[in-house]
Amino acid sequence: MNAPASLPADDRGGPQQPLLIVRDLKKHFPAKGRFLSFGRDTVQAVDGVSFDVGKGETVGIVGESGCGKSTTARLLLHLIEPDAGEMIFDGAGVGAPDGISVRELRLQMQMVFQDSYSSLNPRATIGDIIAFGPRTAKKVSAKRAQERAEALLEQVGLRPSLFARRYPHELSGGQRQRINIARALALEPRLLILDEAVSALDKSVEAQILNLLSDLRQNLGLTYLFISHDLNVVRHVSDRVVVMYLGRIVETGGVEAIFRRSSHPYTQALLRAMPSMDPDRRTKASPLIGDPPNPINPPSGCRFRTRCAFAEEVCARVSPGLADIADRHQVACHMMDTSSGHSRAGTTSVGHD
Amino acid sequence: MTEIAAVEVENLSVRFQQRDRTIHAVSGISFRLERGEVLGILGESGSGKTVTLRSLMRLLPHNCAIDGRVLLDGEDVTAARENRLEELRGNRIAMIFQEPVTALDPVFTIGEQITETLVRHLQIARRDARRRALEWLDRVQIPSARRRFDAYPHEMSGGMRQRAMIALALCCNPAVLLADEPTTALDVTVQIQILLLLRELQRELGMAVIFVTHDVGAAVEVSDSLAVMYGGRFVETGTARDVLRKRAHPYTEGLLAANLHGVEPGTRLMTIPGAPPNLADLPPGCSFAPRCLYALPQCAAAMPLPVVCGDGHTARCLRAEERTRIAA
Repeated sequence: MNAPASLPADDRGGPQQPLLIVRDLKKHFPAKGRFLSFGRDTVQAVDGVSFDVGKGETVGIVGESGCGKSTTARLLLHLIEPDAGEMIFDGAGVGAPDGISVRELRLQMQMVFQDSYSSLNPRATIGDIIAFGPRTAKKVSAKRAQERAEALLEQVGLRPSLFARRYPHELSGGQRQRINIARALALEPRLLILDEAVSALDKSVEAQILNLLSDLRQNLGLTYLFISHDLNVVRHVSDRVVVMYLGRIVETGGVEAIFRRSSHPYTQALLRAMPSMDPDRRTKASPLIGDPPNPINPPSGCRFRTRCAFAEEVCARVSPGLADIADRHQVACHMMDTSSGHSRAGTTSVGHD
Repeated sequence: MTEIAAVEVENLSVRFQQRDRTIHAVSGISFRLERGEVLGILGESGSGKTVTLRSLMRLLPHNCAIDGRVLLDGEDVTAARENRLEELRGNRIAMIFQEPVTALDPVFTIGEQITETLVRHLQIARRDARRRALEWLDRVQIPSARRRFDAYPHEMSGGMRQRAMIALALCCNPAVLLADEPTTALDVTVQIQILLLLRELQRELGMAVIFVTHDVGAAVEVSDSLAVMYGGRFVETGTARDVLRKRAHPYTEGLLAANLHGVEPGTRLMTIPGAPPNLADLPPGCSFAPRCLYALPQCAAAMPLPVVCGDGHTARCLRAEERTRIAA
């Protein structure tokens, strides 16, 4: 996607200031207590996640179930309270004395969920659903809010005269997802979090929604955080990609760096696990054995070590931090750090094609 | 005389009767599947792929009417009595599903379920059945199979449950396996393991497999031939190679483009305009014509018959020949 034509008027920090900075975000959930269990198990859903989202950028977050990508999305909007971590939205600390409140943050950051049906009020008409946000959060008059809803319907490709008075159950999945996007845009946010927003749709409908998102980004100067398990889709929409595994970021970089020169064994395995789409070049062997481990009490040190072909003693002992290996390309792996003591440290060439 | 096929379907139609309307879920499907072959049926929701699959085992609700014939190893399933069907299911034809949780019984251990199936279908002693069940858990590559034998479905991960369901389906050596989106709910690193496992077992056991999915990538990994389904019909059939490379039907073209197959990142995606047809009110002509960029006036007159565009490659499109010639 090309950079949007213009940035919104309420831009504070200028184009160089990342729209969102996330530092060391953490959330541990208590696991459901077993009968007569002593000590408490915790699910370390998100364990020290840091990343930036530049203005007008689309950042993709990929990972398998249990990697913490959806929890991260919910933490960003404070739908779940983080245990620790810092968030800076366009230069203003969220919840900081001189920063912005969570309420102000939510006006600028909206979310579209995977389940298009359960995220819409079944008793409200489409027009009312979209108008609700501006009416309550921005005290816009009912009439103005309805007009705005109709303009938004137009913008997401639905004729207002046909749809404004209908109810969610009368719509198809793709149409409902357009409504969810319109509803999210009603408050004129600058950042849209799309949490598996196209995953439940049929492929032909998914393509329509991806085109719509691309248009909206161009026209409204939006920034996207695009969370998905579908690597093809993430590659298609993202400028930069964050790869998560069991609550931590293992690699992050530009979309081409991740898809062509990935350096973390997990990212490499994830890419090799994608079906080949070529009958003459079918996948011969699975890059990984077994399922992702249970996020309750994850492995010590590097969390990927239990499935990694190159794991050594140091991997169990020390948790590798994210380190730069190229411009804006970071990897958390002992093999990429010459001082780690891993026998392959420094020998692995950066990237593969 | 031609050899008897593992599955032969002749002009299969399935209609569901609802209060004031008839839903034409499947409208005239014919195909032949030889022993040891894998057919992938590709389609989006509502295309009729699952109904087709279920009608092969007659696992459909009572408000439906099945027309046409389904021959399983030469035996007509559509005419079989209920007790004969029970013998066929499991012994000769078995099915695996997207959600193993719904196919496995939550109150019995995995080992008990496979043992019970073996005792019931093969009439063997419980001790032998237990031994064979354990062998099957090994065969589907469940680690520490002896320990997993006594595990309940909820104690296993998604991938392990899927393996257990495969063991349960295959333990009586069926000649035909029906797979309904078995890898759709799985993570990508687990999905590839299950696809490779299915491919390996299929070869070892020489089964015929029908693999239903909406995921082109998964279908290509396991299928010898593909059938693309739209509006209850096979609109294109052929080897996986032909369907992918020489796609003759405009719907196949749209579906592959929407799967981001060979699409430059960030570019505008080719989409299929409009929505799938209403199965209660199918147009008299080609059901894809209202959405088709290549439609001609005569497309609205009647559903085109399959046009041969290569060896074993057909497409139900008036312009199929012309389109393959241009593509070649």
